Amino acid sequence: MADLSINFAGIKAPNPFWLASAPPTNSGYQIMKAFDAGWGGAVWKTLGVPVINVSSRYGGLNYRDTRMSGFTNIELITDRTLAENLREIEIVKKHFPHHAVIASLMVETRKEWKQIIKDVENAGADGIELNFGCPHGMCERGMGSAVGQEPSVLKTIVGWVMDAAKIPVITKLTPNISNIEEPGLAAVKGGTDAISLINTIKSIIGIDLDTFAPFPSVDGQGTNGGYCGPAVKPIALNMVRQLAQHPKIAGTPISGIGGIETWRDVVEYILLGATSVQVCTSVMHYGFGIVREMDAGLRRFMDERGFQTIYDFAGKALPNILEWKELNLKHKVVAHINPEKCIGCQLCYIACEDGAHQAIALSREPGNRIPEIIDENCVGCNLCALVCPVEACITMEKRDPGTEHVTWEDLTKARKIPDSFNDPRAGGNGHWVPEPEAALERP
Amino acid sequence: MSEYARPQSEPEFEQNFKQKKPLMNQTEAFTESARCLFCYDAPCMHACPTHIDIPLFIKQIHTGNVNGAAETIYDMNWMGNACGKVCPTQVLCEGACVLNHAHVKPIEIGRLQNFATHSVITSNKALYKKGQLNGKKVAIIGAGPAGISCACELSVLGYAVDIYEANYKPSGLTVHGTAPYKITNEEALAEIDYLQNQFGFTIHYGQTIETDEQLRDLEAQHDAIFLGVGLGPTAPLRLPGETLENVIGAVEFVHALRFKKHHMQVPKTVVVLGGGNTAMDAASESARMGAEQVYLAYRRSKAEMGAYYFEYDLAISAGVNSLFNASPKEIQGTEQATGVLFIKTELENGQLVEISGSEFVIPCDLVIKATGQAKMAAMLQGIKGLALDASKRIVVHKTTYQTGNPQYFAGGDAVNGGAEVVNGAYDGKQAARGIHQYLITHNL
Repeated sequence: MADLSINFAGIKAPNPFWLASAPPTNSGYQIMKAFDAGWGGAVWKTLGVPVINVSSRYGGLNYRDTRMSGFTNIELITDRTLAENLREIEIVKKHFPHHAVIASLMVETRKEWKQIIKDVENAGADGIELNFGCPHGMCERGMGSAVGQEPSVLKTIVGWVMDAAKIPVITKLTPNISNIEEPGLAAVKGGTDAISLINTIKSIIGIDLDTFAPFPSVDGQGTNGGYCGPAVKPIALNMVRQLAQHPKIAGTPISGIGGIETWRDVVEYILLGATSVQVCTSVMHYGFGIVREMDAGLRRFMDERGFQTIYDFAGKALPNILEWKELNLKHKVVAHINPEKCIGCQLCYIACEDGAHQAIALSREPGNRIPEIIDENCVGCNLCALVCPVEACITMEKRDPGTEHVTWEDLTKARKIPDSFNDPRAGGNGHWVPEPEAALERP
Repeated sequence: MSEYARPQSEPEFEQNFKQKKPLMNQTEAFTESARCLFCYDAPCMHACPTHIDIPLFIKQIHTGNVNGAAETIYDMNWMGNACGKVCPTQVLCEGACVLNHAHVKPIEIGRLQNFATHSVITSNKALYKKGQLNGKKVAIIGAGPAGISCACELSVLGYAVDIYEANYKPSGLTVHGTAPYKITNEEALAEIDYLQNQFGFTIHYGQTIETDEQLRDLEAQHDAIFLGVGLGPTAPLRLPGETLENVIGAVEFVHALRFKKHHMQVPKTVVVLGGGNTAMDAASESARMGAEQVYLAYRRSKAEMGAYYFEYDLAISAGVNSLFNASPKEIQGTEQATGVLFIKTELENGQLVEISGSEFVIPCDLVIKATGQAKMAAMLQGIKGLALDASKRIVVHKTTYQTGNPQYFAGGDAVNGGAEVVNGAYDGKQAARGIHQYLITHNL
């Protein structure tokens, strides 16, 4: 029976499912409801300097009939008083002493940091998260992502916080930088206990074609918002693994954030080294109840594989993520279409023909809509399998004997880098392409 | 026992004849259009007799370009709205949808099509303009799907078009012969209005063209003539008792039903003779009109029926009883029919034979003959050079739809012997192009 409990940099929680600092953690009422529903921790909506919010605040990116595959907001940190929030933290901790309540903070001066840390510690918070990520509004006032984008400033402020704090400190990073390792390293050098990422990505989610105003529109105008939701997960996963693999950051607990909705997302973050996850958009979409699916899925995953705790598989995917030059050039896969499953949509054909490597042919037999793979032209790119609407119809089959392993790095070291495109040492010749004029031929 | 109570009012009639393909709302159109795979060389397009770019219009609906979707439809089919509702989509576009092969419900193409066309019809959004007049005139006989389509296409090409229609409403069997649960009169007529508003062709109602003199007049006054005359009344079965009072043809029955609606009296027990789609319609309609017992009698086996399986299922689900291998011998009665005498049949070496001594009688109050319509042969005989085939169908050129008389073109039921609205729509459009090509190349 899986034990989901965690000890994240000294913050204990019954499970790794935490709510990210965001609208779902705006009040003690919401957080108590969430804990009751099964969430193991919550990062309180950022406390700090007084703000005024605008109307409206959110925008969604829909893909076909899927709502909110991406999401944006221009909401600021809490607009409720510090006193109200502190009182509610106390109440929550009284009812849920074993759940993690983490206070997200964002202030300016060292004096303010010192005071607010004391306040939340007195209220009973289990940890602190530093909001160095907010990419709208607060950054214009020199806070949020303005700090996260300046590693030296970030390091200094983390230092102030570490001097003042008695409870564990998590530094939350912005993805709006060119290399996440720089702020990650600065946070570690500043002495942070843990890192969380990613905060939202600067974005414009869309433009109203009638009014020409961006979404969300505030009186016909708008500003860049913070992008999140399922669409940002790949970006977040890469940033999490970059830090988890960094020799000077590895070992610092990471709380993974970005597009988490299902148990599968949770497992992916843990496999890349996160040991807690934070969720916002999917709760804003479906409510606190979605944790049921995450919890049940994670437990089944662990039980079926014999993992006792999440630490048994945390970071297990990291050894498999290398640099391109370290990949085996001798590995070869070729697509295979299962004719029993094929429904004849021919999306694989046109995707390969127009979008990839012209390695799929239509059948010459009249009425037969099942395409055929041209083995010698197939580079094993996966595109056909990706566009195929039928589960497990197109599979990628291994064609190399598995006996050879040659990487670009090996070639470099052995001074065997090919000097022409047709050099077989390149790992294979370029594939055949039709003459340009063939594009205009009509059957 | 019938599942339907006799309708006493218009709302009750509408309830009993509830639309089989109701109009989608915006949400349904949005979610349904999202399911389309946008197949390459999509099989639905090939299955559509008018080759509408179905994946394109579905994508257009999905992206909020509903006017564009309607244009994609009308570009290929001037009866786009009617076809969305009355086409046997299960055996055409929807039957060809690749999702069927995955045992996933096919895209509801007909209803999506209707969503787009209904939108432009109700908002009266003009998508086309009449072409600049080229001084040439074309007469069209029959304002059915073929005639209307021909008129639209010719109008775009700059022809002055006059349609001569024997009836008092346009759209032919769409209004006069389709089961009311497939399309309402109002909806069918609204599409013709919508088209006429854009093209301004003239329809002369109540104008039967049958005499040689009328034909010579038309010939003298027009550069070309399109025959979209359809078929005639129900053909005689040559059965004893066929002329009894309560023996009616299916076409005549449906016609009366569509205009009289709940005022029509369908008696308690009805026998429908035939195994085609019209027989299914007539049986289903009788049940929906509150007949207590409806018998669908076909002289061959179920497998040999011409009707689509779903039309049969619909009749059965309305409470209709079916009798297979029952051949009518005689309609009994003195003034009124009181029953039908049948004899059982079987196949013997591929031949349908009667089983002697197997006669039986189904008592009834109404007999509906759904055994096919007669051809308009008498009228057509007045046209010089017009060739008819053995089944008295007009012989036309495969692509130009020109008849044996070069001034005449023809399409629809009069050519194909009786098919769908969509076939008529296609023929009419193609024939218009045939007329245009002929008049241009011959500098007529």
